[in-house]
Amino acid sequence: MSINKQQDFGTPASAATQLVTLEIDGFKVTAPVGTSIMRAAASIGIDIPKLCATDSIEPFGSCRLCVVQIEGGRGMPASCTTPVAEGLKVVTQNKSLADVRRGVMELYISDHPLDCLTCSANGDCELQDMAGAVGLREVRYNPIETHLDAVKDESNPYFSFDPSKCIVCSRCVRACEETQGTFALTIDGRGFDSKVSPSQNEAFMDSECVSCGACVQACPTATLMEKSVIDHGQPEHAIITTCAYCGVGCSFRAEMKGEQVIRMVPNKDGQANHGHSCVKGRFAFGYATHKDRMTKPMIRASIKDAWQEVSWEVAINHAASELKRIQAKYGKDAIGGITSSRCTNEEVYIMQKLIRAGFGNNNVDTCARVCHSPTGYGLKQTFGESSGTQDFDSVMKADVIMVIGANPTDGHPVFGSQMKKRLRQGAKLIVIDPREIDLVRNSPHVQANHHLKLRPGTNVALINAIGHVIITEKLMDEAFVKERCDIASFAKWETFIAQEHNSPEATESVTGVPATELRAAARLYATGNNGAIYYGLGVTEHSQGSTMVIGIANIAMATGNLGRDGVGVNPLRGQNNVQGSCDMGSFPHEFPGYRHVSDPATHKLFEAAWQAELSDEPGLRIPNMFDAAMDKNFMGLYCEGEDIAQSDPDIQHVHAALRSMECVIVQDIFLNETAKFAHVFLPGSSFLEKSGTFTNAERRISPVRKVMTPLAGYQDWEVTQLLSNAMGYPMNYSHPSEIMDEIASLTPTFAGVSYDKIDELGSIQWPCYDEDSVGTPIMHEDSFMRDNGKGLFMLTEYVPTIERSSRKFPLLLTTGRILSQYNVGAQTRRTENNAWHAEDRLEIHPHDAEDRGVKMDDWVGIKSRAGETVLRATITERVQPGVVYTTFHFPESGANVITTDNSDWATNCPEYKVTAVQISKVNQPSEWQEKYRAFSETQLDLLEQGTSNS
Amino acid sequence: MSITIYVPCDSSAISLGADRVAIAIAKEAEKRNITIQLIRNSSRGMFWLEPLVEVATAEGRVAYGPVQVGDVTSLFDADFVQGGAHPLFLGLTEELDYLKKQQRLTFARCGITDPVNLDDYIAHEGYRGLSNALKMSQADIVKAVTDSGLRGRGGAAFPTGIKWNTVLGTPSEQKYIICNADEGDSGTFSDRMTMEGDPFVLIEGMTIAGIAVGANQGYIYLRVEYPHAHKALNTAIEKAYQAGYLGDNIQGSGKTFNLEVRLGAGAYICGEETSLMESLEGKRGLVRFKPPLPAISGLFGKPTVVNNVISLASVPIILDKGGDYYRDFGMGRSRGTLPLQLAGNIKHAGLVELAFGMTLRELLYDFGGGTASGRPIKAVQVGGPLGAYLPESQFDTPLDYEAFAANWTVLGHGGVVVFDDTANMAEMARYNMEFCAIESCGKCTPCRIGSTRGYEVLDDIIAGRELSKNVPLLRDLCNTLLNGSLCALGGMTPYPVLSALNNFPEDFGIDEKAGAA
Repeated sequence: MSINKQQDFGTPASAATQLVTLEIDGFKVTAPVGTSIMRAAASIGIDIPKLCATDSIEPFGSCRLCVVQIEGGRGMPASCTTPVAEGLKVVTQNKSLADVRRGVMELYISDHPLDCLTCSANGDCELQDMAGAVGLREVRYNPIETHLDAVKDESNPYFSFDPSKCIVCSRCVRACEETQGTFALTIDGRGFDSKVSPSQNEAFMDSECVSCGACVQACPTATLMEKSVIDHGQPEHAIITTCAYCGVGCSFRAEMKGEQVIRMVPNKDGQANHGHSCVKGRFAFGYATHKDRMTKPMIRASIKDAWQEVSWEVAINHAASELKRIQAKYGKDAIGGITSSRCTNEEVYIMQKLIRAGFGNNNVDTCARVCHSPTGYGLKQTFGESSGTQDFDSVMKADVIMVIGANPTDGHPVFGSQMKKRLRQGAKLIVIDPREIDLVRNSPHVQANHHLKLRPGTNVALINAIGHVIITEKLMDEAFVKERCDIASFAKWETFIAQEHNSPEATESVTGVPATELRAAARLYATGNNGAIYYGLGVTEHSQGSTMVIGIANIAMATGNLGRDGVGVNPLRGQNNVQGSCDMGSFPHEFPGYRHVSDPATHKLFEAAWQAELSDEPGLRIPNMFDAAMDKNFMGLYCEGEDIAQSDPDIQHVHAALRSMECVIVQDIFLNETAKFAHVFLPGSSFLEKSGTFTNAERRISPVRKVMTPLAGYQDWEVTQLLSNAMGYPMNYSHPSEIMDEIASLTPTFAGVSYDKIDELGSIQWPCYDEDSVGTPIMHEDSFMRDNGKGLFMLTEYVPTIERSSRKFPLLLTTGRILSQYNVGAQTRRTENNAWHAEDRLEIHPHDAEDRGVKMDDWVGIKSRAGETVLRATITERVQPGVVYTTFHFPESGANVITTDNSDWATNCPEYKVTAVQISKVNQPSEWQEKYRAFSETQLDLLEQGTSNS
Repeated sequence: MSITIYVPCDSSAISLGADRVAIAIAKEAEKRNITIQLIRNSSRGMFWLEPLVEVATAEGRVAYGPVQVGDVTSLFDADFVQGGAHPLFLGLTEELDYLKKQQRLTFARCGITDPVNLDDYIAHEGYRGLSNALKMSQADIVKAVTDSGLRGRGGAAFPTGIKWNTVLGTPSEQKYIICNADEGDSGTFSDRMTMEGDPFVLIEGMTIAGIAVGANQGYIYLRVEYPHAHKALNTAIEKAYQAGYLGDNIQGSGKTFNLEVRLGAGAYICGEETSLMESLEGKRGLVRFKPPLPAISGLFGKPTVVNNVISLASVPIILDKGGDYYRDFGMGRSRGTLPLQLAGNIKHAGLVELAFGMTLRELLYDFGGGTASGRPIKAVQVGGPLGAYLPESQFDTPLDYEAFAANWTVLGHGGVVVFDDTANMAEMARYNMEFCAIESCGKCTPCRIGSTRGYEVLDDIIAGRELSKNVPLLRDLCNTLLNGSLCALGGMTPYPVLSALNNFPEDFGIDEKAGAA
């Protein structure tokens, strides 16, 4: 193993298909039109010196090291900016060129500290490499003006900025603009005074910088450098793996020193991220070795007892005997498991296998229940498959982008950057969201053409109105509908949607969206060429979440925006493996590949393969488990990688259910909130400590590779296997690849997937039906995946949620994420990311704040019919009057104390996005928060007692 | 016959008191009950005679100058309103040698007309070029310009017709015409004089360019230091719109051309065409690399003609009198005329429009009259701050692009700055490096760092430190700047520096032999 730096071709690849042939230093080379001479040369192994060029950003032509001579041409053009042409004869090395290059290097070094041996970039510095390449042997200048005294900016927790080492190549500035799209950096001053400036000469932390690290990656010197490299030195080997944060699923090179991760560098060949990352994936990996990591199995009789550290054998046997005891006492169906979208596909697969085959029931559910279960349902019904239709790159061909209930620049930042790039190229944007997300008008050079600022809970009325405009104004794609869709269903939908009560004018009073604005947006989507819809939990987490997904599918089919590049219906998945965990059969009613447990053929297939008798009755969903626990019908739970005690709605009910169970087994890397109610704790492994695969939002199956030894000794799949064996259901996998082989053998859409193929291709997008298939970037190209191949229109009558504002609870609370924190925060709260977001805040409109005498930073009580909590207020016009908003990254915030038990009619996905609340100024935490604090402290004491005894 | 008196409104005349003279004349006439028509013409370009007051007589316009406020009473006393004799009397303006020996094509109206009077413009052969162009095909207009041999007067001398042809041949729904009016070279003022003295000729030239290449929008990128030109241009543009010479359906032709003036923010580098476009787009004035050529991907990525003021102002007469007419002036591949601007230590500073071919010596002595100080001319910098210094031995070089290039000198924008024998050329070379350092956009390394190192090395040389190391270092630096720079600012700063070093080594403290080192 070695660090094996990825080759830098200097300039991006050309997309052209026309080829030209030229001669470089006497060698013939053929390259697409639009390729730079530099890249063409690199492609045949001729490295032209360069500093300002790197292949992730457009050429700039400023360093002048890459000059070449062209036969018959004048002067010395820069090879990074000069395109290839047929018949050119290029010379990259001669004395004249060497003189200029050495002259340029001499100038650079005349304003650069000569501390190479003690410099953090020593060994990984392009300036150093180039000085060597051009043969600089002395610097003859006696410089008076220099930047050697420029002051370091250490404000960012993850990287330092040392302007004394800056060569003003602008790679950081350009990466911030082109790659990230934040435009936080600029060059301040002119000529010799030019310097990199975050915002207006501010410190990085005070600037608009979002700490994505693209600048650090682009920097050719030690000017922008990871503090981890400064502290530990250069990494010595690298392993490609996949990020464990959001559903973008960025590919990373974990750059290592032995078993220590020195830095995470986004993989240039990563097909989801193309070498880009966000602050979480690149920098926030320190949680993996945080002092709070649990590394010893523990048991206790009751949650009032101190924890007792035990061996793996004792813990596993205790867990198994407890589960068996409960089944004996309360029945076979009294136990079950909850798996997580953070687990690998292989972990989820054997978890549900354990439950179905080992527990003998179908009581398995996943956290996707509380996020994208309506996507699974809605898209399966209409298109025939529970997944997004496109790859991420498809957005680069979209002409109209519709973002519904999603906030890509915070929630899916790397894809958000790609989307912004397309928007800067001129694609139109429609945002449907109660709140003004950054894309609306707070992203440089991006502005929504329409922001439909609807009232929370009225999605379906709005999507129906869009459908109404498409049909009544005859904007549909008749040919597509006729050829590709179920005509009978369309006819019914057409009649339904054309009804007057679905018109924008009729729905305006419900949604709050002006009819003229809605009509304009609908027309734009229907007639602006390629229309692509991206949506998030603002669509699914409603009482009509599934209806809304269907509504989206309807308008996409009606306008023919499916089955090709640049269009589609794309759920943005919250967590790294939402898609995969659903694919792997983690729902109580479905085997892997979304096949119903009662389907006789499938049932038979799995019984045969698993050598076990399987139930054909769907098992309990998560909320049903809680209800059953309260009724003493569900008494044992195996919960892996999921923190239901923080993330599920109406949390006081969840806590009560957990308290009533007799054996709660938690497998996690931290003593999370759920673990505080647990009887058995099985220490888990982070994504750095295990192998497997994650499947991202675009159905891309990417490799997760173990880069360090599991701190607790076992990878998670091994722990589940141990438990299964202890339960009496044998499993003998020696590597996750064997689990994938089993998945492939039992699941047609995965039939062609194998670790060997993933290693070869980098990743695979399912469906992948056979050995020869390389996967499917875009679905439904020729026909839909439904049995008859036709897309199904379904009726989407708007039914208002029962959760609505009243005199007692006059405001509607909705929730979302922020860039620097991730979901329940278990990982990111244990990193320096708290520097950006150290607490959850309540966003409230100035009018509503003024009515209540609330000022900026005041503590406010938020009361719903479910409960009450207290947060500090941020007064902002991002939210509309009548709507308040918060994030949910800190357990003590208790956002889910106030959310209710309302849920989607089809899937029970909680209605997180609408809670009627009242806000009032307070000066102390809520009663729940006081109780939570006390309980939490007790539990930490119990942990302390147990671990200090051993 | 009514009395018509001309007092220039050109800013050089104003700076010498023309406004106060105009007021004094008006007051004095009123006091004496003499009815006069006072016209604020522009300058004839004879700055040592400014304010040059002219009076229309039956024989033609006669000149008095330089007139100060204190002279006004005596002028009236001498009945100057009828062309009466006075110590400041210069005779018929047109007969003055300085003017008579010029070939005024581009500056034909300058100083004669009221600059912002459209009728006056039309009465003096204005808009005849456009009128012809409107009857021609786009290709024929471009051909006429190509045939005329007109080359870019901004300094690069690229054939204007070829540039236009590229834009014409690049399909695009939107194209632009940009007039580069960021005249930043020290000692140059021909653009300013055109815009102040005959703004319609520029507007007409741009309109013809727009019609020729299919561009319906033009921008004049004007340096902010030219407030009088700004006012004159805006007034003239408004009048052109009102009279149907700009806007939609120009003179009933169905053609559209819109024009507006945009002000720069004071950066020399924004006179470089790609920085100019960046600035016009609202960004930092940073040089772009080429290709793509602006003619193919220019302003906002659209095909764009970027021409200097004089290039565009030369177009109307070409379309009026034909490419051949213009081509008949000049020598070799330098066709037509070049407005030379005499400045610095020169007795008769001013604008001299000449057909290419006259020698520099004739210009300096026959027009310029030698130095203002009366001392010998030591060196002449031709072509602005990036032009080489010519020693006396090169004064017989004909004013011709190729002849200058053969000497490793440039004609550039036609600025001629004269130095007498008290000038220290090492100090001048240092100044040139410093100028580059101050004006560098900072994009490319040679210019960004090299210009600062350049004046530091020159400081060492001037102080006599380590000449054997520093002189070769200066030469190496110049080689890096010359070959490595992204644009002409860094790329041409070695011209003045090396020409100073090579021609005046003694000023660098080295004897001639060492100077060749």
